[in-house]
Amino acid sequence: MEALKQTAGIDSKAAARVSSPSPLKKIRKVWRLYVLIALPLLYIIIFKYVPMYGAQIAFRDFVVTKGITGSEWAGFKYFIRFFHSYDFGRLMINTIVLSVYSLVAGFPFPIILALSLNYVKNEFFKKSVQMITYAPHFISVVVMVGIILELLDPRNGIVNTIIKGLGFEPISFMGTPELFKSIYVWSGIWQSVGFSCIIYLAALASIDPSLHEAAVVDGANKLQRMWHIDIPGIMPIAIIMLIMNTGHMLDVGFEKVLLMQNPLNLRTSEVIDTYVYKVGLASQAMNYSYSSAIGLFKSVINLILLLMVNKIAQKTKQASLW
Amino acid sequence: MEHSTIKETRMDRLFTIGNYVILSLFLITILYPLIYITSASISSSEAVISGRVWLWPVQPTLMGYEAVFKHKLIVSGFMNSIYFTVVGTLINVVMTILAAYPLSRKDFFGKNTFMFLFVFTMMFSGGLIPTYLLVKDLGMLNTTWSMVLPGALGVWNMIITRTYFQTTIPDELLEASQLDGCNDFQFVMKIVLPLSGPIIAVITLFYAVGHWNSFFNALIYLKSQKLFPLQLVLRDILVQNDVDMNMLVDVQEAAKREGLRELLKYSLIIVATLPLMIVYPFVQKYFVKGIMIGSLKG
Repeated sequence: MEALKQTAGIDSKAAARVSSPSPLKKIRKVWRLYVLIALPLLYIIIFKYVPMYGAQIAFRDFVVTKGITGSEWAGFKYFIRFFHSYDFGRLMINTIVLSVYSLVAGFPFPIILALSLNYVKNEFFKKSVQMITYAPHFISVVVMVGIILELLDPRNGIVNTIIKGLGFEPISFMGTPELFKSIYVWSGIWQSVGFSCIIYLAALASIDPSLHEAAVVDGANKLQRMWHIDIPGIMPIAIIMLIMNTGHMLDVGFEKVLLMQNPLNLRTSEVIDTYVYKVGLASQAMNYSYSSAIGLFKSVINLILLLMVNKIAQKTKQASLW
Repeated sequence: MEHSTIKETRMDRLFTIGNYVILSLFLITILYPLIYITSASISSSEAVISGRVWLWPVQPTLMGYEAVFKHKLIVSGFMNSIYFTVVGTLINVVMTILAAYPLSRKDFFGKNTFMFLFVFTMMFSGGLIPTYLLVKDLGMLNTTWSMVLPGALGVWNMIITRTYFQTTIPDELLEASQLDGCNDFQFVMKIVLPLSGPIIAVITLFYAVGHWNSFFNALIYLKSQKLFPLQLVLRDILVQNDVDMNMLVDVQEAAKREGLRELLKYSLIIVATLPLMIVYPFVQKYFVKGIMIGSLKG
């Protein structure tokens, strides 16, 4: 387009016409692109937007025989029922505490790992540490919970074997509600610390080496360089990560929580997502409408949080969601 | 030390030592559980329950693995998982490229609207029940389709693919091909795809790991055991502690059964994780690359 404008001379009207033809023309010119995107578009309409339309089930008294759109309107009945329910407070607290705990406890470790790795001269050692610390990321959530249960098993688990060896009473980790959140969070850190540090390593690699050279000339030691160059260098990305993660405040690792739950720890382990699943699909008296209302409530809060967080991120002028 | 151009001060040497200590702590913390599980899986069941295994295998045996491969559901689950992963990933990659390429083109009229339609699904969803009812209404409950179609496209992967197209395929290439009479279909097939090896590798891996490791869709959509993927079988055994003892043939005494049950679990953890662990060192750089492109944010 640019080249055309230049070679076609200075006629501004002609240039204007070239640069902005009618929409129809533009569409006709690239019609093949619409053919390409048709299938993915059909997919998101069917599998994403139809369920969004179906979310109106939350405002209706769903009856299987009448279908979603045929059932009677119920207004905000199910939302109000949820807000007034005994479980509401507990669910909100569990969900928020679990995600804030994960966020805060999980925040420093990838940064420490990345800063440390950045000062390793021996490439082989560095590569090995990376290889090993990334590995747990690929363990599936089912296997991860399996590992947790095995290691913490009250009778045969290694952790309790050590505790007994030291002369203490074995601890029923999974049966103690107070321990649930810590087990969830620290096993999550174990699994994700390596992979989360990748982004910080990239940020460290992009720091201008001349800064370090100048600091060395000025007689700064490594600790001072880390403190005054590396940490400020990765702070922007760290803060963006933190901000973005708060946007997912209500999205706890639902699958992992579900797998880690048992009747003994339910008091502290029940979160919104697992409750939605249980009310909707896993209970004896399934209640689609009630479950959907809770799910929709969560989705709406999530959306608001995400939009807010994205605004804040844009304000800090670093990055945005897209 | 003498070889380094900049002489390290005493402070720097302390720093380096401290640094290696920190890294070693990370390393040990992450490595120990992995080594312990591996060792437990090849130790004798008595040694495992009596707590004599703490680092290396004790009385090595492959009984746990034998039990794993005698367990019919595990074998069929393994096969199903391979099938879902291959078919699902194939669909994913094709769909992702189909969406990402048009959206990467500057002259694609309506690009922003389409992009919004895709991105919005990352921020808001209809929820579990409406999606479940849709899959049910489409008649896909308890079919292979329910494992591969509801997640046919990951918007995040689509975005990184689009970013890759935007940054690596120059506009000049398109213009030159158009002058040569190449249409958009031909351009995608003959120019874009051959240039996209790295990104295709990245998304293939992301999707494949996702399929291999997923269990929840199977939990809600599948009813018949013969369709169960490995992760769902694993859930019953590892988490629900639901081992069909008839499948552990030839073991009579209760204590032995109990021991074998534990051994089976450790072996199972290894069997389920090994395929990824073997492949992963070779493809690690692609994962890292994917994260990098992802952090570029279009």
